[in-house]
Amino acid sequence: MYDYTDFDERFVRERVAQFSQQVERRLDGSLTEEEFRPLRLMNGLYLQLHAYMLRVAIPYGTLNARKMRQLAMIGAKWDKGYGHWTTRQNIQFNWPKLPDVPAILTALADVGMHAIQTSGNTVRNVTADHFAGAAADEIADPRAYAELLRQWSTDHPEFQFLPRKFKIAITGATHDRAVIRAHDIGLQLVKNDAGEIGFRVLVGGGLGRTPLIGMVVREYLPEADLLPYVEAVLSVYNTLGRRDNKYKARIKITLHETGKEEITRLVEERFEQLRPLFGGADQALLEDIQAAFAPPAFRNAPIDAYNDFYKADPVFRAWADTNLAAHKNDQYAIVTISVKEQGKTPGDQTSEQMELIADLAEKYGHDDIRISHEQNVILPHVHKGDLPALHAALVQGGIATANVGLISDIIACPGMDYCALATARSIPVAQEIAMRFKELDLEHEIGPLKIKISGCINACGHHHVGHIGILGLDRAGVENYQITLGGSGAEDAHIGDKTGPGFAYDQVVPAVERIVRAYLAERQGPEETFLDAFRRLGMEPFKAALYETGDAKDAA
Amino acid sequence: MSRRFTPKVVTANRLREGDVVYLAADDRWTLVHHEAELIEDEAHAQLRLLHANAQGNLIVGAYLADAKAGPNGPEPTHFREAFRTRGPSNYHHGKQADLDHV
Repeated sequence: MYDYTDFDERFVRERVAQFSQQVERRLDGSLTEEEFRPLRLMNGLYLQLHAYMLRVAIPYGTLNARKMRQLAMIGAKWDKGYGHWTTRQNIQFNWPKLPDVPAILTALADVGMHAIQTSGNTVRNVTADHFAGAAADEIADPRAYAELLRQWSTDHPEFQFLPRKFKIAITGATHDRAVIRAHDIGLQLVKNDAGEIGFRVLVGGGLGRTPLIGMVVREYLPEADLLPYVEAVLSVYNTLGRRDNKYKARIKITLHETGKEEITRLVEERFEQLRPLFGGADQALLEDIQAAFAPPAFRNAPIDAYNDFYKADPVFRAWADTNLAAHKNDQYAIVTISVKEQGKTPGDQTSEQMELIADLAEKYGHDDIRISHEQNVILPHVHKGDLPALHAALVQGGIATANVGLISDIIACPGMDYCALATARSIPVAQEIAMRFKELDLEHEIGPLKIKISGCINACGHHHVGHIGILGLDRAGVENYQITLGGSGAEDAHIGDKTGPGFAYDQVVPAVERIVRAYLAERQGPEETFLDAFRRLGMEPFKAALYETGDAKDAA
Repeated sequence: MSRRFTPKVVTANRLREGDVVYLAADDRWTLVHHEAELIEDEAHAQLRLLHANAQGNLIVGAYLADAKAGPNGPEPTHFREAFRTRGPSNYHHGKQADLDHV
């Protein structure tokens, strides 16, 4: 875990002090809303549909028990006893009151956290593979680089007023769990022929109203060139990016309008200017940062308890089969704690659950906790011998849902239940889909299937890259849901294809059921996943299942 | 040709709590949509919006929302405004809970 230096600490405290005074001046009428709005957004405070919302940064989704407990305390004291994990690995509090926000920010600063650059046209929270430092398929832990990028981008004077927000994701593995291809900049750690670490650099990915997969601009960027290169990209974007049209302001549009060749030329030119200016200070810093991400002292102990429970206890086995992932140390496992209990709000965690997770992370997880962009919580380092005890504690705490990667493990944005930008609800749609397949007792038979739901075109719910994507829209004053199929956010990233006309609110669950039943009928066997089956079959059988009702077939 | 004016209410969020509020005919800000002033005249609507916007120390983001007359007072016509009258659908939070105690 990276701990704040005196510099970080001073910067965050100063910002809290400034914002506290700004809130005071807003409340006493010295600041108008027009003046205050950009100031509150700089500090992660939005005004949503029913209340304020404070978005707190969780850099690269990494927490420890102390931070988790503080988030639990904030949820209990100043919110309604819970927080919401977001698709940028952050946490949102949905009910803070304006006069309380300075106290909340102070409480965050007490544990080295803040809400800076969680809004605005700046470099947002750098996200990373949530299995970083633990995954069996990883070259190196990407979080040291993410932290370097965080330090470089925080309050960077040149990049506080970019044409639009800017999102960076990084992974150290070939299997992409960080959706790097749908980011403004996606970074993948790779090794060159000499075995030296560097980055594969992608630019211009993004979802929203113009979904695009990022283009590779460098197959191999040497490790030492990370900051000057990223700065060169930002610098060119800052100059060329369109400020005249919000919908054309992201770098993906700049890239397409200017052309990859010309952008690359400009970036490389700028890079040559910038590279000598860094003078190695960034590399010295990186070395210090890397020490903070050293692997924990792994325990060497028998794993018999795990094997015994796995054989004897079907509930434990079901959970282990879905919620565990391979760790680089084969005595260990990566545990995903599902925050997707069927019928509950995806990503909402109560303060009590946060407390429990903090305790378990200390007891069994080397004090390391991750938040995934899929809105689950991860204990990345658990010795297999401890898994039965950990599972028992999760069952007690009501957070042992065995559904990771299954149909009820749905990403859903807050939608029109909270968000001022939303055009339709997403949460109840997720709740009802999950409940329906639980009733049918089908989800384990269906196998891996990612449903992602957004309540507006901005696509916070990543619907474009869902195997089944659902987009809620306002069609002539009623909620209407467009369905896409075949999307993927992984290394085989793909934007899903629209099935056809949208569905009314109460028709979405039946529509998803028809899609899934068509898959079950058509698949070659349980080993052919939904996504594989869709790629083999194409849209037709699903379209038929969706739109050819009994009546239509009779008529035909 | 200009479109025919449809009835409106003035709505905003409270500065301190962020709650959704409506402007009543007696200039109060009320949590209850039924108590809002239903404005049927365009010029009057603009005056009421000006009045609302002058109260930036109490409320934020005032705007005119479509509404219609109902048996208990004005009712929202769009689903977004209907959600704003009560709160989220996944928990009994927000105004639907607060108004229980009124």
